[in-house]
Amino acid sequence: MKMTKIVRTTADVFYPFCLAFGLYVVMHGHLTPGGGFQGGAVMATGAALLIVARSYEDITGRLRKGVLKVCEATGLMLFLLAGLSGLLKGLPFMANWLTQTGGWVGKVMEFGPNGGELATGGLIPLLNVGVGIEVLGGLSIILLYMISGTKEKKP
Amino acid sequence: MSTMIMRHLPALLIATPLFAAFLMPLVGAAGRWVRTAWVFLGAALTATVGLLLAWQVFTTGPVLYVFGAGDPTQTLPGDAAFPIRIMFAVDALSALMIVIASCSSLAITLYSLNAEARQSGLETFYAMLFLLVTGVLGMVATGDLFNFFVFLEISSLAGAALVAYRIDEGVAVEAGLKYALLSTVGALAVLIAIGILFAQYNALNIAALASRLQFTVLDKVALVLLVVPLAMKCGAVPMHFWTPDSYTTAPSSVTAFLVVSSQASLYGLFRILYTLYGSLLSWATFGWFLIILGVLSMFIGVTMAIPQKDVKRLMAYHAVSQTGYMLLGVGVGLAVLGNRAALEEFGKTAMAGGLFHIFNHAMYKGLLFLTAGAVFYRTGTRNLNKLGGLGHTMPWTMVFFMIGALAIAGVPPFNGFASKLLIYESVFRFSPFLAVVAMVVSILTLASFVKVFHSMFLGARRAEYAAAREVPAAMWVGMALLAVVVMAAGLVPRPFIDHLITPAVNALCDRAGYIATIFGG
Repeated sequence: MKMTKIVRTTADVFYPFCLAFGLYVVMHGHLTPGGGFQGGAVMATGAALLIVARSYEDITGRLRKGVLKVCEATGLMLFLLAGLSGLLKGLPFMANWLTQTGGWVGKVMEFGPNGGELATGGLIPLLNVGVGIEVLGGLSIILLYMISGTKEKKP
Repeated sequence: MSTMIMRHLPALLIATPLFAAFLMPLVGAAGRWVRTAWVFLGAALTATVGLLLAWQVFTTGPVLYVFGAGDPTQTLPGDAAFPIRIMFAVDALSALMIVIASCSSLAITLYSLNAEARQSGLETFYAMLFLLVTGVLGMVATGDLFNFFVFLEISSLAGAALVAYRIDEGVAVEAGLKYALLSTVGALAVLIAIGILFAQYNALNIAALASRLQFTVLDKVALVLLVVPLAMKCGAVPMHFWTPDSYTTAPSSVTAFLVVSSQASLYGLFRILYTLYGSLLSWATFGWFLIILGVLSMFIGVTMAIPQKDVKRLMAYHAVSQTGYMLLGVGVGLAVLGNRAALEEFGKTAMAGGLFHIFNHAMYKGLLFLTAGAVFYRTGTRNLNKLGGLGHTMPWTMVFFMIGALAIAGVPPFNGFASKLLIYESVFRFSPFLAVVAMVVSILTLASFVKVFHSMFLGARRAEYAAAREVPAAMWVGMALLAVVVMAAGLVPRPFIDHLITPAVNALCDRAGYIATIFGG
């Protein structure tokens, strides 16, 4: 079941913007409302848009289950490894050892409100990215499995 | 390296099965042998970490682990008056549950390597199995009420997915949906209760909440909202209706671990009654509450089991019945908790019986479900009226089934006898009637399993099962592992009681000690 060309073109145009906005929510998770889960859900909304506009057969060429599964596993592994990284420094699981260290996520900041400096938060942005990738993969797979019920049976 | 591992055992307890689960989709793509090796490695490492942690707790006392702190044992950050971070508080009772979960998870994973090899979608199956193990280990190790809810949800969702794993003409899907729905409603009630407590006391840590609880009307509401879902999740009558469906349709290895998962809910129930509310409760009321739940579960469970024709459904009702013994033993302990003389005289023995029965039940009931799975694996049916004569072709499975059946019936020298004797002796001092009920239920259990044994293994060879052979090696090893533990805990129960059970009983009774451990007293 395909929708009209207008819907399909709109969905195609919207898709990259959806991804970009989702990515923005993920990246700014430690500064603004939202975070990994919300951003990942926004990105998966882009996938939902494509799925609604096209047929199941059309869409599986563009959104592959295998790739999405890899996304899911990679995101979860990133989260877990970020948590475990503290152990190597002799700190507990999930200890935020990157913050205030001057690295690319640990800019040294004064105590108080953050005016929008992205390179802060230490481990938190990494965890957000992990969750974001995982939710993108997981939710898209759920949507794909749900839409697979509409698959047209071959005569 | 080894000191680092010992220092971070509680974190590794969760991280190891999660690691195994999360990499499963990628490993699954690399081929069958890689996946098998990965599953085996994950299960073995998880069990090793669990047993090491338990050993650490039994030798050096409770282990605290604060996530994200500068130092894992620093429960009170800076000048804070109460613990704010998520922490694991592993005392002797948690360690007992970790030992149970570790032994059982290793055995069932080995078993499923062969038993499930013919199914499709295996990487999802194993990922879910590891998540279920994670949920159970987290529930028993955590010292934080909200964290408990999170792990409860993880184990419920993974459990529901596994129950529905074998699609089986929609029957399994229905059972899985039922399990998911009931778990979700139960978990929602738990969440509301946690919200009520958090709103009043600004704390989620079990010890911090226990030290502040005023037992207001809202606290009583929260108590009901916590106790009822957990009693449902452990399968106590009259909230046992989900157990027969779920236990029957899940793959046998999963059923064996669902038993452990329901015991983790039992742990939560005891933890909330003894540690969270503790001295605020009226002992007699809540003791008798557990006792009545226990007696109902024992009796109704076994009477429902006797007429069953499906072997796993029959065993599921027996699981309900055996949960009654645990509730009875620990309930008698709770009823006399205020009376020091009675507690020392028989209360602690009753609790030891109840907790030892948790351990024993996980082992022999796991073994029984695995043997039922082995018969299903070779014959393709669970119907007792159709089975027969398998003793000729599956002698080892028959031996393992006999060990499990005699243990569940409380026949010496198997482990069920050791814990049931403790329960009979001590409950008789409390109320002779209850002890008589417990013994009658044991006799009915024996009768029921004699029937099962007869209809599955005895009789002449049957033509339709001529192709049935002994099970493959990994299934055999999984069953043998549990059988050895059943035999060991039955032949020499003393070391088990002295080193595993008694510390757990003392930890459960000692509410002030638990609070003091967290607050660094």
